[in-house]
Amino acid sequence: MAATDRTEVPARDYRVVTPYLFIAPAVLVMFAGLAFPVLQSLYLSFYDWKIGTPLKSAEYVGLDNYIRLISDPDVRESLWVTIRFGLWTISIEMFLGIALALLLEKPIRGASVFRTIFILPLMVSPVVVGLIWRYLFDARVGWVNYYLGTWFGIEPQVWLGDAELAFFAIVLTDIWQWTPFIFIIVIAGLQALPSEVLEASHVDGANWWQQIFLVKLPMISSILVIALLMRLIDVFRALEVMYIMTGGGPGRATELMSLHIYNRAFDAQLLGYASAIAVLLIAIVFVISISILLIGNPMKDKSDV
Amino acid sequence: MSNQLHSPWRVMAHYVCLCLLAIACLMPIWVMISTSFKDDIVIFDGKPIWFFFVPTMDNYEYIVGRGKFDRYLVNSVIVAVVSTFLTLLLGGLCAYALARAEFKGRRFVANATLLVRMVPPAVLAVPAFAMVIFLNVNNDLLVLIFFYTALNLPFAIWLLFGFYKQIPVELEEAAIVDGASPLQVFFRVLLPLMKSGYAVAGIFTFRIAWNEFILALLLTGRNTRTLPVAASGFLTDTGVEWGRIMAMGTLIVIPPLLFTFFAARQIIAGMTAGAVKG
Repeated sequence: MAATDRTEVPARDYRVVTPYLFIAPAVLVMFAGLAFPVLQSLYLSFYDWKIGTPLKSAEYVGLDNYIRLISDPDVRESLWVTIRFGLWTISIEMFLGIALALLLEKPIRGASVFRTIFILPLMVSPVVVGLIWRYLFDARVGWVNYYLGTWFGIEPQVWLGDAELAFFAIVLTDIWQWTPFIFIIVIAGLQALPSEVLEASHVDGANWWQQIFLVKLPMISSILVIALLMRLIDVFRALEVMYIMTGGGPGRATELMSLHIYNRAFDAQLLGYASAIAVLLIAIVFVISISILLIGNPMKDKSDV
Repeated sequence: MSNQLHSPWRVMAHYVCLCLLAIACLMPIWVMISTSFKDDIVIFDGKPIWFFFVPTMDNYEYIVGRGKFDRYLVNSVIVAVVSTFLTLLLGGLCAYALARAEFKGRRFVANATLLVRMVPPAVLAVPAFAMVIFLNVNNDLLVLIFFYTALNLPFAIWLLFGFYKQIPVELEEAAIVDGASPLQVFFRVLLPLMKSGYAVAGIFTFRIAWNEFILALLLTGRNTRTLPVAASGFLTDTGVEWGRIMAMGTLIVIPPLLFTFFAARQIIAGMTAGAVKG
């Protein structure tokens, strides 16, 4: 800070307030658009507010919504569906993504073309992803039924009308869209590894498997954990694809937490109760987020350098 | 070892794997694009046709000609462009201050920003609904722009923060010594150096705003719908009109696909920044 010596007193005051002026607009918008709604959910969760009635006439019900939530089989089912969905999709995506990245990490001609293709599923809007896969899984004209029938002689199934099959369909759709994300992150991590370490382990006689499990994967473990937690948060945020493909049905077989909140609020029209479920969702997501921050907070690390 | 790895068989197997993966990624997208050019007879015949059918523009003529497609398109463009601009402007200023200045509460703002990034959009639905009623706002698009800006700011700030950290401080100090004000330093000295950072943040912001569905579904009416909401509208009609739906989907996907083709490297940089640098 060579310049500080020369600046005069009023100028220094000016510099003290400047950072606050710079951050104020963004902080205000984030507070009003993200933090305030979270606080308002907390507030509304103590009220019984029905759609179409003014907020003022909402009745204060204390902890009633939370008491109801604890023993609500529908909430429990949607939480269970979310966890099951997360376990299936994330474990398959991580396995496929890591395996493919390890197999294909060697730089190769045309790699950039392939990488461009691999990020396409991530760029397609979730609504469109839902529409495409709803068509593929359609009972009458869907391509899945056609190929299962002609290749394997399997009878046409009503994919999105059966609880187990519909769940399978949304899992497969998610795997299609998100495996490339894990693949690209792991590739980037592998290619950032210092080559000396890999050469050293090779000189020491490590074979291909040993190099993967004893050197490469441990060295990118924090990347893997962060990718996993980011996907976990996405599972709790997801709703568009299921909204389009199944609407959460049949029954509540594909109704993940986010979609459950939306349906409770605007289908069942219970805004207060939906807010209580939203508070539960926020609590879950914040616990995961804080673990991400503890593992690697990019802004903290760099500022301390 | 190197002999083994560079043997032609290895290289060929590598390419075959990559090609299979590429096909898996492209297949559903191609199904959408090809179906959008088929007429109902071909679609409802039930037999998948990959390439050889007589293409028709009927589906596109229908969705563009009837209804309010042009209006929904304009709505989508306005919402996405304006919220992207606001996000980059506000986010850039904030990221700059966080990256450069020492001030009380800096660490709190940095951590809080990362925390609110995770707020699920579904959680915003009820409060946003209440806010619109309470404030009696009757401009749906303005509300959407506000929420999309809020949703995108944390990621943009965090991404731009990393880019600012890479610019040497000496440049700004020289400008300050020459008598430039903080805003002049920001706009004249730093902005030109931050082009690629803003490009990455802009692409991500635009994509989220362009694709967002649930808040738009909730907060817009007949005239203020965005394209994803309009596309979902084709589902509720009696009998699902797949050709038209796929035409709508294809049109929605054009901007993100163009970004991918022209800026794949930047997009990957933005995606990996999250995990790899942390």
